[in-house]
Amino acid sequence: MDAMNAHAEAIMTHEVHYDEHQAHHHNQSFISKYIFSQDHKTIAKQFLITGIIWAMIGGLFSVLFRLQLGFPGQSFPILETIFGKWAPGGEIKPEFYYALITMHGTILVFFVLTAGLSGTFANLLIPLQAGARDMASPFLNMLSYWFFFLASIVMLSSLFIQTGPAAGGWTVYPPLSALHTASIGSELGMDLWIVSMALFVVSSLLGGINYISTILNMRTKGMSMTRLPLTIWAVFFTAVLGVLSFPVLLSGLILLLFDRNLGTSFYLSDIVVNGQIMPNEGGSAILFQHLFWFLGHPEVYIIILPTMGIVSEIISINSRKPIFGYMAMVGSLFAICTLAFLVWAHHMFVTGMNPLLGSIFVLLTLLIAVPSAIKTFNWLTTMWRGNIRFTPAMLFSIGFVSMFISGGLTGIFVGNSTLDIQLHDTMFVVAHFHIVMGVSAFFGMFAGLYHWFPKMFGRYLNTTLGYIHFWVTLIGAYLIFWPMHYEGLAGMPRRYLDKSPWVSFSQFGDLDRMITIVSIIVYAVQLMFVFNFFYSIFKGRKVTTQNPWKANTLEWTTPIRPGHGNWPGEIPEVHRWPYDYSKDGRDFIPQTEPVGANESNEH
Amino acid sequence: MQTFFIVAILVFGFLITFQIAKASEYVSVLRGEEKSRKQSNRINAFLLLAFLIAGLFGVYYCNETLKGKLLKQSASYQGEHIDTMLWITLAITGVVFIATQIALFWFAFKYQESDTRKAYFYPHNNKLEVIWTVIPAITLTVLVGFGLYYWFNITSEAPKNAMVVEVTGSQFKWEFRYPGRDGILGKKYYRDINEAANNPLGQVWDDPANRDDIHTTGEVHLVVNKPVKFIIGSKDVIHDVGLVHFRMKMDAVPGTPTTMWFTPKYTTEQMKKITGNPNFVYELSCDQMCGKGHWSMRGVVIVETQEEFDSWMISQKPQYYVAFPEKDPSNPAYKADSTKTGSAAIIPTKNQIKTRQ
Ligand code: HEM
Ligand SMILES: [Cu+2]
Ligand SMILES: [Cu+2]
Repeated sequence: MDAMNAHAEAIMTHEVHYDEHQAHHHNQSFISKYIFSQDHKTIAKQFLITGIIWAMIGGLFSVLFRLQLGFPGQSFPILETIFGKWAPGGEIKPEFYYALITMHGTILVFFVLTAGLSGTFANLLIPLQAGARDMASPFLNMLSYWFFFLASIVMLSSLFIQTGPAAGGWTVYPPLSALHTASIGSELGMDLWIVSMALFVVSSLLGGINYISTILNMRTKGMSMTRLPLTIWAVFFTAVLGVLSFPVLLSGLILLLFDRNLGTSFYLSDIVVNGQIMPNEGGSAILFQHLFWFLGHPEVYIIILPTMGIVSEIISINSRKPIFGYMAMVGSLFAICTLAFLVWAHHMFVTGMNPLLGSIFVLLTLLIAVPSAIKTFNWLTTMWRGNIRFTPAMLFSIGFVSMFISGGLTGIFVGNSTLDIQLHDTMFVVAHFHIVMGVSAFFGMFAGLYHWFPKMFGRYLNTTLGYIHFWVTLIGAYLIFWPMHYEGLAGMPRRYLDKSPWVSFSQFGDLDRMITIVSIIVYAVQLMFVFNFFYSIFKGRKVTTQNPWKANTLEWTTPIRPGHGNWPGEIPEVHRWPYDYSKDGRDFIPQTEPVGANESNEH
Repeated sequence: MQTFFIVAILVFGFLITFQIAKASEYVSVLRGEEKSRKQSNRINAFLLLAFLIAGLFGVYYCNETLKGKLLKQSASYQGEHIDTMLWITLAITGVVFIATQIALFWFAFKYQESDTRKAYFYPHNNKLEVIWTVIPAITLTVLVGFGLYYWFNITSEAPKNAMVVEVTGSQFKWEFRYPGRDGILGKKYYRDINEAANNPLGQVWDDPANRDDIHTTGEVHLVVNKPVKFIIGSKDVIHDVGLVHFRMKMDAVPGTPTTMWFTPKYTTEQMKKITGNPNFVYELSCDQMCGKGHWSMRGVVIVETQEEFDSWMISQKPQYYVAFPEKDPSNPAYKADSTKTGSAAIIPTKNQIKTRQ
């Protein structure tokens, strides 16, 4: 170690002392410290822990419906014990199956990978990495969490009502979701779903405007936009996407609520349901799909962008190399953010849309693959000629890139309207989006958790459990989702709970059983991660150095357990970009270090 | 009991894993964290390489095991375009997949941390970045080009001589209507739908074009090598007409009719030989989530020769006569003076069907 690092160590010991000292002065009550906290770090933890609870519920649902898929017709008495009339004789009723998949999708897409992911990392990292004491409005930030909490309560309560939760798929297409008698899930459960999502949109807007204004206005001295770590750029574009697209979903849902309860006909026309002739005429069922996917497509990027930022940061740190093509990385985030608004109708190629319009969406959709390709090549080049450390965070980042490649390439299949005629609404789409969004985003999230857990809790997650977690999840995810493409290529429609009536789709019984068994194992390993998480908060190995990963960014200049306000003294000034790794023969040069007189001016 | 055992095994396995993990943490602290970190670094680097090799083999093995369960050649001419497109896309993405995955895991293995290596400070290279912007852009343009060529071909107007069939989805069945001898589908209005009065599609009986329309449920007959145009609708929620073997798909939307056309290439009998499956039938699956019976919303398509089709068609009774049996000339209760249109004109004969085309 050179003099510089020794110097940093010295500062650290001093600050640790300072922190303890400070703690005596801030005698906050338990409630204002842990419950109605306005500290961005606590709010991040609240989002995270709520997200983890939701992930356990949403994941459990997938295990339940995988049981049905892997072993159709078989009785699992325990299901009747737990779910009563929803699983008479230990067999999952179709209504229950559809409720499970709907809640699984809603929970994981919105509650875990949107709120849980952005809520955790945007809140944690924006002030810490941009150099601010807190968010622009800590109060609105707190409200953002509590609106999410309310949304969670409403959604959760819908699981326990007589008619069960919404059951029309996470996309809740009307008329199915608009007609009370079309499905048991379109009773009260659907109203609760809409109310919950409305609260969720409020939460996401409060969070989003806060993230944007903090990033634009509250960066520390010297932190120009082009010196921001890519994590911050990523959550910035994520927030922009959310702020511009969630209101459209809200408007679509309000119209749906009207159609359901006030007799309007926005989405309804010429309907006879259960022998009952409905008075509605002149509405368009397809209108809802446009409104939904105007959020729905950006939503998939709302999920993936933060993890792209996280992964860029972690790959660079652990390869001990600067991220390759920083400006291209920012530019491609920008391109993805813009194009994400222009491709929504690729989910609607076979709705009877004008083929000419469809062709324009094909063009724009395949265009979005270009920035995705740039990012992938840049990650690969970042690792090239590096000196790579395989922390659990780094392994999950490598897994992320592998999954993102696999799932991005199948996007090129479904984005091509010609192929989508065959592939739309088959298991191929399920495989595509689980790999590219579900698994990749979870990998990115895990990477972030292993990496920033020390900053959040002052302790490490157990590394050995981390390695097991990674390897089982990587192998398991491929075993589950790779062969699923074949089911889709054979035409098997999605959301089919039993294929036995079909000549064309019933040949995959063995495969479905294998997938179910692997899913159970993978789910068990996620529970192990959750255990590791809570165990390590209290009993994990203590962090003893201020900068355990030898990283350049500002969060590692705070005390090991930063208090409210993050830096005990002045907020440090920034003198350089965050990726000076292995420059001029030095392992890393923190952003706070002034540019030396003899330093090469590469970058 | 079985469940209990599985849970017990999982819990037990978990406890052991946890103990090992905890112990290994202590050991690493004792031995020096740096040293054990380097050791696990080597292990993980090796595992990444092993994963690459096993993974590529797994991809091959998966294909060998499952390719026999895939669809055989397309049963429609339009679907052949889709198959070609699939092969083009598969070839291009396949190369990219293998190259990038190998690069990823190989770099991880090759550039694993070692005391002798210094990481190479390499922040950007504009030339490289332009290359990997332009090459994907060109490749994708090629794919878009092929794709749209086929897309416009498939979604073009149906040929004039196409047979017209109306398809209607409802929870959870498929119904079909043929225009009958006059070649015109009679008007319908959803408020006229009345299952009890044998008017499941809401045909407007005042429209004479309706009197010869044939209605079937669950089964539709098509003629081989003859283009068919489906006019698709729904009575309640959105459904989707999915015809895997013809590679066709189109939503059935209440209030907004949609269309699709294709030309069946093989009869059901021929397809039994091609697939080697004596039980083969063309199935029509509902591909859009439509409620609790979605998974079982099945229809059957029978593709046959013109002769077979004609004799089947003759055996069908127009829905008008089902709704008003007293007007059916084949019914003993039929009174010759009861209808002006006359019976002979309504039931299509074999010759008439041919001349209409
Ligand atoms: C190369 C880039 C990509 C392309 C060209 C692409 C294209 C598409 C298309 C056309 C569909 C609709 C398929 C259908 O329903 O028939 C689709 C579905 C989907 N994609 Fe992608 N995609 C890409 C990347 C992504 C990414 C990065 C994510 C998420 C992080 C994602 C998530 C999804 C999801 C969730 C669905 C399914 C929605 C549903 O129907 O439930 N895709 N993709
Ligand atoms: Cu999309
Ligand atoms: Cu359906």
